[in-house]
Amino acid sequence: MAKKKNKTNGAEAEAPVALINARLIDPASGLDEPGGLLVDDGVIADLGAHLRRNAPDGAQVVDCGGNVLCPGLIDMIVFAGEPGFEHRETLATASRAAAAGGVTTIICMPDTDPVIDDAALVDYIERRARDTAVVHVHPMAAVTKGLKGEEMTEIGLLKEAGAVAFTNGKSSISNARVMRRVLTYTRDFGAVVVHNTEDPDLADAGVMHEGEISSRLGLPGIPCSAESIMVERDLRLVDLTGGRYHAAQISCGTSIEAIARAKARGLPVTCGISINHLTLNENDIGSYRTFFKLRPPLRPESDRVAGVKGLAAGDIDVIVSGHDPMDADAKRRPFAEAEDGAVGLETLLPAALSLYHNGHIELPALLRAMTTNPADILGLPGGRLEKGAIADLILVDLDLPWIVDPDLLRSKSKNTPFDESKLQGRVLRTMVAGQTVYNYAGAS
Amino acid sequence: MSIAAATPEFQFPHRHLLGIEGLTPAEITGLLDLADEAAGLSLQSSRKSDILRGRTQINLFFEDSTRTQSSFELAGKRLGANVMNMSVKSSSMSKGETVIDTAMTLNAMHPDILVVRHYAAGAVELLSQKVDCSVINAGDGAHEHPTQALLDALTIRRNKARIAGLTIAICGDVLHSRVARSDIIIFNALGARVRVVAPSTLLPPNAERLGAEVHNSMADGLKDADIVMMLRLQRERMTGSFVPSIREYFHFFGLDDDKLSVAKPDALVMHPGPMNRGVEIDSAIADDPRSVISEQVEMGVAVRMAVLEALASGLPSQ
Repeated sequence: MAKKKNKTNGAEAEAPVALINARLIDPASGLDEPGGLLVDDGVIADLGAHLRRNAPDGAQVVDCGGNVLCPGLIDMIVFAGEPGFEHRETLATASRAAAAGGVTTIICMPDTDPVIDDAALVDYIERRARDTAVVHVHPMAAVTKGLKGEEMTEIGLLKEAGAVAFTNGKSSISNARVMRRVLTYTRDFGAVVVHNTEDPDLADAGVMHEGEISSRLGLPGIPCSAESIMVERDLRLVDLTGGRYHAAQISCGTSIEAIARAKARGLPVTCGISINHLTLNENDIGSYRTFFKLRPPLRPESDRVAGVKGLAAGDIDVIVSGHDPMDADAKRRPFAEAEDGAVGLETLLPAALSLYHNGHIELPALLRAMTTNPADILGLPGGRLEKGAIADLILVDLDLPWIVDPDLLRSKSKNTPFDESKLQGRVLRTMVAGQTVYNYAGAS
Repeated sequence: MSIAAATPEFQFPHRHLLGIEGLTPAEITGLLDLADEAAGLSLQSSRKSDILRGRTQINLFFEDSTRTQSSFELAGKRLGANVMNMSVKSSSMSKGETVIDTAMTLNAMHPDILVVRHYAAGAVELLSQKVDCSVINAGDGAHEHPTQALLDALTIRRNKARIAGLTIAICGDVLHSRVARSDIIIFNALGARVRVVAPSTLLPPNAERLGAEVHNSMADGLKDADIVMMLRLQRERMTGSFVPSIREYFHFFGLDDDKLSVAKPDALVMHPGPMNRGVEIDSAIADDPRSVISEQVEMGVAVRMAVLEALASGLPSQ
């Protein structure tokens, strides 16, 4: 095949890439079969069983060795640190961690300094991402000025500038009147409100789940009710306004039940859960291990199990890393004084695969929560294998065992709760718009 | 002489004018016909009539107003009434006097017509139940402003020769607007197709039940409209509570040439005033030939003369 000119810059375009001998998984359609896929000009030109052994002439051939080829992951909740907290993470370092973890799109949260509550800052993030990041980066904008929960931001102008959703970041909008107006106003613009669901008055000074362990450790707790009351209130407001709503990270069985009931009534609601809450519980805190200090806090095993079941049942739509880099100083403190949060971009997929390996969920359904579902919620391209779709792809060895070594993580901060964990499954190659941005060094 | 010499058969059957709600299309049309003649009288050099000679008209305003109050004052004087203006500031209310106390006090002075504006919806009707004279609602809270609706209808009828069948888009802060409520009722009564266009935060719940198609974008709401009625947005509602900012509001809902271009080429632009130029309306549009905003003010006097005359015919003879 003759080389052709690239449409955009006139440079020599690369030859098409044929990914053969793969196990194709399309979470959108449920397809799971041996085959191959052809990437040309940044999009999926063709795919199917007919490409399993035969690559078109002139294509650069990649033998996938029977490994899984699926859409790249879309991580809806990432705190990238830029601007204002570049000592913890930058868009560049976060994007390299994402690429190594198979995440081809990161949605960065507005909890920055300054807060992303102005169209000019959305432009800034997009420009920095274009200049420094190796994966797609989209900002989620603040829905209230300064994330104070009082006055609405310029939601229409922010959306025109490129904000993919609206959120109050790590804080909740405790004033129901403000939340009502936000849901009403965003509805006109077809925008989704992604809300952190924690009643600040009830959570008060809590630092972990409220229960027997917090009592033994002498730490103030955060009851599940602090989350479920906020979820239930929000669902009432969705009922009132018809606004499009997504609970950012839920952690309690009672919250999942409330969301499931709302969905059964036809309300336009979805929810997410972090990989940490699907794989860890409050016992992991042990003796004040601050890498397990998260928000929402790790919950009892019964809530973790409810989360896994809710995911398998489709009550939970999205799995996020909740990637929240913290430097060593922020974590090396007495538990109550340490910062919340864990990095997670590189461990999201391997940790999630444990749910598949343990037989809790089918692979297409698991992947759907990290690909098709977030794409559909945010209105983004990708998240599916189909002709003409953007070629954001990952090649995954489902079984490759490895031990997490924080020093080898690409993230600038090393606060991983999977420190020294044995994980099974690893991303071998990550492609963003047809360009390979990560290749596992240990792979052939 | 009567200004209604040409339509002697029209008899207004109500003692008060508290709202457009409750008026029949024939009554509305009768008032508009009367106002048309009054508009002619206003242009004559002797501009006076004696129909209200010896009558006392009190303009009782519990809320600041410039144009409505002066318009009623001028209308009353042109009909020969003794007009007295009373502005009830918060001072006397804070002394504990209620609306009903004020009504009883005024009633003891035996006025013939009370023109009342109040910041609370329903207050004018409450007051009307306690007095012996005729009461005209000059605006009660976010409820009704019937003379504004009549002058809007008159302005449209004089420019378009009809109201039935026209598409009228009412844009902006419908939620807090008494003008919007009265306009929706009068335009529906006269056979127009009414739309409201606003962000949902500025629309009353179930707005479609009021008799208007609901649109959340100017492009949809103004498409092929014959009339574009802009409403004023109060400053305190522009900074994050109902809409995020002036610039966002103007960007999406401010009337400019671009947004107006989807309306009919001969569309009229209206505004009940006072305008916020650069907030809900571009200055160039406000001064455009399609704008009939100053004609609305002129028709305000004529409509109020017509309403005063219509009610005067029902007053007990002196």
